[in-house]
Amino acid sequence: MTLRATVAELVREFRASGRIVIVGASLAGLRAAETLREEGFTGSLTIIGDEPYEPYDRPPLSKQVLKGWVPADHTKLPRMREVDADWRLGVAATGLDRATKRVRLADGEQVPYDRLLIATGTRARQWPNPTEAALQGVHTIRSRDDAEQLQKALAESPSRVVVIGAGFIGSEVASVCRELGIPVTVVERGSAPLVGALGGVIGEIAAQMQRDHGVDLRCGLGVSSLEGDSGGHVRRAHLSDGTAVDADVVVASLGSIRNVEWLEGSGLAAGFWGVGCDAGGRVFDINGVVTDSIYVAGDVARAPHVLYEYQFLAMEHWDNAVFGAEVAAHNMVNLEPHYHPHLLLPGFWSGQFGVNIKSVGVPPFGDEIVFTQGSVQERRFAAAYGHRGRIVAAVTFDHGKWLEYYGKLIERSGPFPPPPPGWDQPPDMKPMPAEFPDPRVPTAVPDVVLTGHAPSERTAEFRPRRH
Amino acid sequence: MRIVVDLNRCQGYAQCVYLAHEVFRLNGQEALTYEPNPDDERRLQVERAAAACPVQAIVIARVDGAEGIATS
Repeated sequence: MTLRATVAELVREFRASGRIVIVGASLAGLRAAETLREEGFTGSLTIIGDEPYEPYDRPPLSKQVLKGWVPADHTKLPRMREVDADWRLGVAATGLDRATKRVRLADGEQVPYDRLLIATGTRARQWPNPTEAALQGVHTIRSRDDAEQLQKALAESPSRVVVIGAGFIGSEVASVCRELGIPVTVVERGSAPLVGALGGVIGEIAAQMQRDHGVDLRCGLGVSSLEGDSGGHVRRAHLSDGTAVDADVVVASLGSIRNVEWLEGSGLAAGFWGVGCDAGGRVFDINGVVTDSIYVAGDVARAPHVLYEYQFLAMEHWDNAVFGAEVAAHNMVNLEPHYHPHLLLPGFWSGQFGVNIKSVGVPPFGDEIVFTQGSVQERRFAAAYGHRGRIVAAVTFDHGKWLEYYGKLIERSGPFPPPPPGWDQPPDMKPMPAEFPDPRVPTAVPDVVLTGHAPSERTAEFRPRRH
Repeated sequence: MRIVVDLNRCQGYAQCVYLAHEVFRLNGQEALTYEPNPDDERRLQVERAAAACPVQAIVIARVDGAEGIATS
């Protein structure tokens, strides 16, 4: 038998009776499972999830669920095919042993795998003071249970809601509060809402939009502490300028943390920024060497993107979970040269204050912005982001139909400013600085250091920074 | 029945709102919200809405319900 025939036989055997374990039972985990079966994998499939629920969709949670239109348990994801899996729900993965190829679970069990897909996603960053975070009325929103609890709290007509952080989730919560007629104060450390994702120019428009809808928006400020009453219910938020805001509901929307702790000690390139992988979803070990049996998809994955100077990007976007899972699953049961690359042009949407905000590309990669269509005054417009003379992203407010036009320009590395689309042009099409926050500020992100001298002992080691 | 709308793909044509307004709603000019778990009696409406969507953004489950899901 030739080597080639032997390898082909091994692949056939793996597809027929291999063992695949998926850790993470959300959008990426489910779509990966469906794709594996679609690709003809008939071996054993185990799906591990820390929540007791079957996979559900998250975007409705901060919109129609919070508003009370749709119950939280209505967001179960549609099934595109039977996946015939051994579902292990309500139990978290706590460790990974690559030498024996086993996933350790919180209940002490160990699940063996031939190939593993990591799809553990992210979780909401909690309010950092645990005593204050435990006060009744303090919420985060990421999971179905979170949404259900916050929806109940909003339905009781609180006197005021304080939202900490004006990213997309915080802004959507503020929008829902106003739609429900609830007074809301938004406290944002940056200069404007959405400034990290879309820059200061768009941030100013978002700020005006919030104020027009009656949001008490306080930018350039932090919340220094939360005060509770004798019954353990939150009553007041103290701000960094010495002022205080009375509120009986506080929503901490402080971004997300990637669920990588269970991979500690596994020797994978997993940390603060996510799990490093190639564009095919194959995970790197800590030395930057690709593994053969471990894959990653969804929010927790971090892969180099050809359009963005091969920078490693983690994209917490819905379509990234879907396509990343499809690509990883395909590659798990195929061989080179039949691997698929995950070359998604990132894109997201957010509905807030009656406006549909969408973007394509990576706006923070840009340093300039130009309004190309529509009218900022009417909050119906398109704007393009540029970096060194080429278009790298676009954002639209109620102009979603035009995103495809900009997406095609970005994919073809089109010039910036982009050629006018020839319709609905604003009078002034002059590029200006996009005003993203300065990335050069020191952070508490841990370092990776090199150790050893001989090639065989020269490996990377993870050394958390301690302050 | 279970549905999900790919809102990356959705361009706010509102054909679904026209054909199944109990299931799909616009919040403003083009921000779509929807009931992901509509009653089975709306199935025909939802299927028509999915068929009418110019960008085919509405995904309807091809198999119903969960299968053998056990919680630990």
